[in-house]
Amino acid sequence: MPKIEVKNLSKSFGDNQVLKDIDLSIEEGEVICVIGPSGSGKSTMLRCLNQLEDATGGTIIIDGNEITDPDGDIDLYRRNIGMVFQQFNLFPHMTVRENITLAPVTLKIMNQDEANKVADELLERVGLSEKADAVPAELSGGQQQRVAIARALAMHPDVMLFDEPTSALDPEMVGEVLNVMKQLAEEGMTMVVVTHEMGFAREVADRVIFIDGGYIVEEGTPEEVFKNPQNERTQNFLNMVL
Amino acid sequence: MNIFELFAQSFPRLMSGLGVTLSTTLISLAIAAVLGLLFGLMLVSPNKVFRGIAHVYVDLIRGTPIIVQAFFIYFGIPNATGMRLTAITAGVITLCLNAGAYSAEIVRGGIQSVPKGQMEAARSLGLSYGAAMRKVILPQAVRIMVPSLVNQCIITLKDSSILSVIGLTELTQTGRLIIANNFESFKMWIIVAIMYFIPIMILTKLSQWVERKLKIAKN
Ligand SMILES: Nc1ncnc2c1ncn2[C@@H]1O[C@H](COP(=O)(O)OP(=O)(O)OP(=O)(O)O)[C@@H](O)[C@H]1O
Ligand SMILES: [Mg+2]
Repeated sequence: MPKIEVKNLSKSFGDNQVLKDIDLSIEEGEVICVIGPSGSGKSTMLRCLNQLEDATGGTIIIDGNEITDPDGDIDLYRRNIGMVFQQFNLFPHMTVRENITLAPVTLKIMNQDEANKVADELLERVGLSEKADAVPAELSGGQQQRVAIARALAMHPDVMLFDEPTSALDPEMVGEVLNVMKQLAEEGMTMVVVTHEMGFAREVADRVIFIDGGYIVEEGTPEEVFKNPQNERTQNFLNMVL
Repeated sequence: MNIFELFAQSFPRLMSGLGVTLSTTLISLAIAAVLGLLFGLMLVSPNKVFRGIAHVYVDLIRGTPIIVQAFFIYFGIPNATGMRLTAITAGVITLCLNAGAYSAEIVRGGIQSVPKGQMEAARSLGLSYGAAMRKVILPQAVRIMVPSLVNQCIITLKDSSILSVIGLTELTQTGRLIIANNFESFKMWIIVAIMYFIPIMILTKLSQWVERKLKIAKN
């Protein structure tokens, strides 16, 4: 059974149909990079995967749970799906450690001591052990985004969603975040990454998906999509960004 | 009689009036805090019915003069129901409904000034809407709300003087009653004004202090 199964997904904002009939099947441990022009629906698709946007039509099944089921417990399903945002969205009134421990402690998955231990391990993993007591405003963008990744990982999700995690960063900080993501991919995390970092997609992705106008126009291995794109729109897009 | 003698002579009555003013205001503000939070949360609720109810309440209060509200509660409701309210009860109801509606707007504004991504990040971790509100949104919103809420306390304290129209012997009404006896209108109103001014200045200073504290805590 695939880890993520998307069938006939559509999404409209009023009259504006942003996603049209998206089908997508993602295996456990796969890393999918989603590329495409601005406004093509990449973020919307990603946000449908944890129902930050509710789908207009179609079904999404993650880990056997139909997360598009209106009677399902979406809060429960979301524990299993981490998300990292372009703007980090750290909680500015909390320390780094509190950011990481908030969800597991509030949801009574761990007590504060256990959560603190997990936070320390995660911070070491993202190379920020010494920042546990800092507040987000004291960190650089790259550091904040690594904390955001640690925060999502504290819930021990099976799936991680990334929406342009490096787009708001100064160029010299992009690498440190991509490295953490690469390490996560190597450890077998199932990842869906919306990105403009074609180098990362080429190196880390198992599969690249090109979205345009709300459709998946092309998908394949990085080799196939970057070296030998079949669709004219993919070719045009790649010519512009590469 | 100079102003100090006048003050000394009417001291017990003035203090009693001030006591009524302050206690009416404090009780009303305590209830208004609950109303403001409740209706403020309803104003931003994803639920249309909750939003609708809260909007009706806020609009009704904001769209009518407080003096009409006081008359309606003190004279109108007993007239329709036969249930008599004391002036202090009617006064507290008027003030807390009034302050509650304005506070609800302040709470709404505070919550909406927190970036949308904060709620999304909290929900994406599996927190419920309520938990996200409590742990992530409200703590940030409160910092933004403090100056306006203190300002609302000051307005409510001043608005309590309107309750003299329903015969509540708060500070303003006390001043009027004293003047009816001694005709010292000029000096008496100066005294009454100062007696409002002092607690309001204390509140203002307090809020500036809290604001500074919050600013330091944020940096
Ligand atoms: N909340 C919303 N309300 C209305 N329209 C929206 C909303 N979110 C997105 N859209 C519209 O949906 C379309 C797709 O947006 P989306 O953010 O998914 O694009 P994207 O591919 O992520 O673009 P970018 O690369 O600029 O991030 C756009 O036309 C956008 O205006
Ligand atoms: Mg986007």
